[in-house]
Amino acid sequence: MNILDIVKNFGNEDLMRKTGSRRESFAKLSGLGKDFAKIAVPFGIFAAGTKSSFAATATQTMVTPTDVLNFALVLEYLEADFYRRGIQAMNAGNISDEDRTAFELISRHEDDHVSFLEDALGSNAVPEPTFDFTAGGAFDPFNDYAQFLVLAQAFEDTGVRAYKGQAGNLMSDNTLLTYALQIHSVEARHASLVRRLRGNKGWIEGDTNDSPVPMAAQPVYAGEDNTVQGGVDLAGMFDAFGGNDAVTASYDEPLSMSEVNAIASLFIS
Amino acid sequence: MNNKMKETGAPQKRPQMARDRRQFLKISGLTLAGTGLLILGCDSDDDISTPTDSEIFDLGSGDLGILNYAYALEQLEAAFYEAVLDGSYWAGANATERQVLEDLRNHEVIHRDFFRTAISSVAPSSQVLPELTFDFSAVDFSSRDAVLQTARTLEDTGVAAYNGAGQLLSDPNYLLLAGKIVSVEARHASNIRDLINPGSEDFAGDDILVSLQGNGPAYDRATPPSQIIQAVTDTGFITTPFTANNLPTS
Repeated sequence: MNILDIVKNFGNEDLMRKTGSRRESFAKLSGLGKDFAKIAVPFGIFAAGTKSSFAATATQTMVTPTDVLNFALVLEYLEADFYRRGIQAMNAGNISDEDRTAFELISRHEDDHVSFLEDALGSNAVPEPTFDFTAGGAFDPFNDYAQFLVLAQAFEDTGVRAYKGQAGNLMSDNTLLTYALQIHSVEARHASLVRRLRGNKGWIEGDTNDSPVPMAAQPVYAGEDNTVQGGVDLAGMFDAFGGNDAVTASYDEPLSMSEVNAIASLFIS
Repeated sequence: MNNKMKETGAPQKRPQMARDRRQFLKISGLTLAGTGLLILGCDSDDDISTPTDSEIFDLGSGDLGILNYAYALEQLEAAFYEAVLDGSYWAGANATERQVLEDLRNHEVIHRDFFRTAISSVAPSSQVLPELTFDFSAVDFSSRDAVLQTARTLEDTGVAAYNGAGQLLSDPNYLLLAGKIVSVEARHASNIRDLINPGSEDFAGDDILVSLQGNGPAYDRATPPSQIIQAVTDTGFITTPFTANNLPTS
């Protein structure tokens, strides 16, 4: 199943016009009136160069703040369910609980992010999909702690990149933009911690060398080796300060919706 | 190694920080110098009068003002970590902590130099924040606690500052840049906090996160520039005066 299909199928015009008390709470929360401003960024821009099944059909579609929040909600559902099941596996003795303190906190945060986004979206919130964290049998995270940590790292680093990629689509609403930023940096705190539990640095040097993950998860780090920031190529400019590893670690890179979709959809039944 | 010795000498828990919004930015264990050298004129209820001296740099307005504001914070962070690496705590620290602090020095120097280059490419030199001078005499660079607690405050402050500044930017390219940097600052904060209290919840602790709409605490702060600048001023670290009279507020 595909996140973008979930978001767009649910976010159709009829549902968008639904009213209700939860819908009202969103209007209050976001400072928006009845209608969401459409943002003139076609999905097609984000989908360029990917094989997402979405890309072919979505060129005409506009990304609304509702779409962005639902996209975020699906990712938060995924993380929340992953940690909920992870802690169950710890309780059952199926995986190590040596880092229980950290994962119980992260789990609470993801649950809070879910309920916050659900409240914000009201009746526009997409329902929770069913997740398959084995990705069709490729992983076994709830019986193998090392794999649990790999997926936790991949989900957190993806979450950081996903929120970052959507900030521009929330510029029409300062309140929503700020809320998204307040979640974004918490995902980064999580990512840093989980990476260190795996013996990695808390930050991402290059696109692969500091983030050992299975081949299937490599798209999580695609493009993190970028050295051009604000039109300035920083490559080779900081040899006395950690070189290009430090240059790439100093900036986290965004992922587009379709890139995130390609990663997360592996885990949606 | 000598970790045990250090732990014996260190307080078991860091001092309880007040949850007061103003308080979180202040550095525990330090005397706040309050030199008044950094002159602000941002608050109407502020008794300090706005200087008219044209020698004093003003951060400017619009996106340029926000970029200069970020540049000031990055100058502060870079200068702090440069001083850390000149200090005796770092020299004698274990390999892990040396590497973390060296990486943070590298990242903040890169952010600082990037902002100088980027701002210089879009604004005349008269509108680019000059190199600031710093006084870190209040920090004992031989003390692990002092170094890590100051680092924690600076990183948490950086996160809250970028989160608060995002909505003030009008160019989406600058917003994306701020987003690329803020998550790295949050990665730093997480690591420093874990060095201070390993295995705890502090990497994303309730002492720094806030609730939104009744959910949480699971959200970083988003603090407006006026409050950040006031808090940074209160540390006394920055000795070059500048003003922030024209920053956007919405």
